[in-house]
Amino acid sequence: MKLEMKDRPGQLVAALKPISAVGGNIIAVIHQRETPAATETLDVQIVLELPEGRLDNLLELLREQGVSVVRIGEERLLYECTLIMIGHLMHTDLSDTVDSIDRTGSAEVTGLSLVMPAINAPSSARITIRSTTRTEMAKAIRILRGVAERKSLLIIEPLEGA
Amino acid sequence: MRIALLGLGSVGRGIVRTILAKDLDITVTGLADSRSGIIDAGGIDLLAALARKEEGGPCGRPDVSPADVVAKAEYDVLVEVTPTNVETAEPALGHMRAALRRHKHVVTSNKGPIAIAYPELRALAAANGVFLKYEATVCGAIPLIHAIQEGLAGNTISRLSGVFNGTCNYILTRMAAEGLTYEQALAEARELGYAEADPTYDVEGIDAAIKLVILANTVLDMHATLDDVERTGITLLTPDALQLAEDQDCTIRLIGEIIPGAGVLRVSPRIIPKAHPLVVEGTLNAVTVEADLAGDLTFIGKGAGSIETASAVIGDLLAIRERHVQGS
Repeated sequence: MKLEMKDRPGQLVAALKPISAVGGNIIAVIHQRETPAATETLDVQIVLELPEGRLDNLLELLREQGVSVVRIGEERLLYECTLIMIGHLMHTDLSDTVDSIDRTGSAEVTGLSLVMPAINAPSSARITIRSTTRTEMAKAIRILRGVAERKSLLIIEPLEGA
Repeated sequence: MRIALLGLGSVGRGIVRTILAKDLDITVTGLADSRSGIIDAGGIDLLAALARKEEGGPCGRPDVSPADVVAKAEYDVLVEVTPTNVETAEPALGHMRAALRRHKHVVTSNKGPIAIAYPELRALAAANGVFLKYEATVCGAIPLIHAIQEGLAGNTISRLSGVFNGTCNYILTRMAAEGLTYEQALAEARELGYAEADPTYDVEGIDAAIKLVILANTVLDMHATLDDVERTGITLLTPDALQLAEDQDCTIRLIGEIIPGAGVLRVSPRIIPKAHPLVVEGTLNAVTVEADLAGDLTFIGKGAGSIETASAVIGDLLAIRERHVQGS
């Protein structure tokens, strides 16, 4: 997100504090003095990770500090889930299986490791899915379970909370 | 305390050996295996009965049936430890009903009657002013039911998950450790006596599912049957899948899971970090209970075995004596 704050000592710290207060994690802070020196404000760009649903809370805290948010960038896919699939993965059109997740638009397959032991023997794959929210992840897994049932694949899910 | 013991298999013999070895003040006045029985109000000679059984013979007289022991012997508690029948729960269920109607407490390790007919048996016990206890039906030596009913009384349980089947856990442990195929690990488990000739009941997750049904109905206030459990076994697992999990410091275990609030009852192979407390080796069982007041608790112990399962039965017997049985 891009923030605008008064160019005074202590303002940057005041802007960063609320982020940890809502359980966020700062990945990068970009602080450039290229804007006209005449203005009394300072532009700062912050890249951060936030737990789901905390963004509004953060915005409110920033407003209280007198920091205005100029722009909020695109939310990245933060929820990750790794599953294992066993079965005739290639013969049942692996790219269609992957597409079934990617088609949702809110979750996507970001990693795939495939082991094919012998012709006609079932293969095993580890598949990593990322999504924006927990709800979208649950939906993606539900879709994958449906596909697996149709294609007679075994899906091994992680034990949630483990 | 006087007991009548039905069943002289692994668990029954474990109970007899424990009574012989320890001064528990328990007298066996009725004893039956599938073919014979003995009734002796003065106390049965257990050493002699055990010797007869171990020579391959019947433990008692062929003209005394288990039903005779239940109906005629003088005892305080019926201890029912015959093998599980998941379809009808018989003949154990009939014997338990008969004992409860005679105002006798019942202690069992038999999963069938508790999974199929718990509400009826509980009502019958209450109507006759006696106790029905079944600690040994779930996770052998681990006192899980006592822990939830008594130690965690007042807590709300949001989730219960664990390794409920030692046979599957052994197979998965060996597949992960040695890169064995499912078939090789199963053959090894059979050789060591951890798997039956027909392993379906274990490897398809049926045994674990029955234990979930028992826990759901007895301590989690749910009304579940075996058909309500979503169930996937371990027969299709590959060494490659275990290696793919291993690459991420995880492994695969057959996990039984109950989420009472969401109505979830599920037995399935799951990916789980190797450092997780539920990742136990060999035939061990492990259960994590998530409780609102107590937080998370994990119980680990032997889920089967002659003396280990007898431990749970003896625990139930002594708990009953403490509260209810007067005199001998």
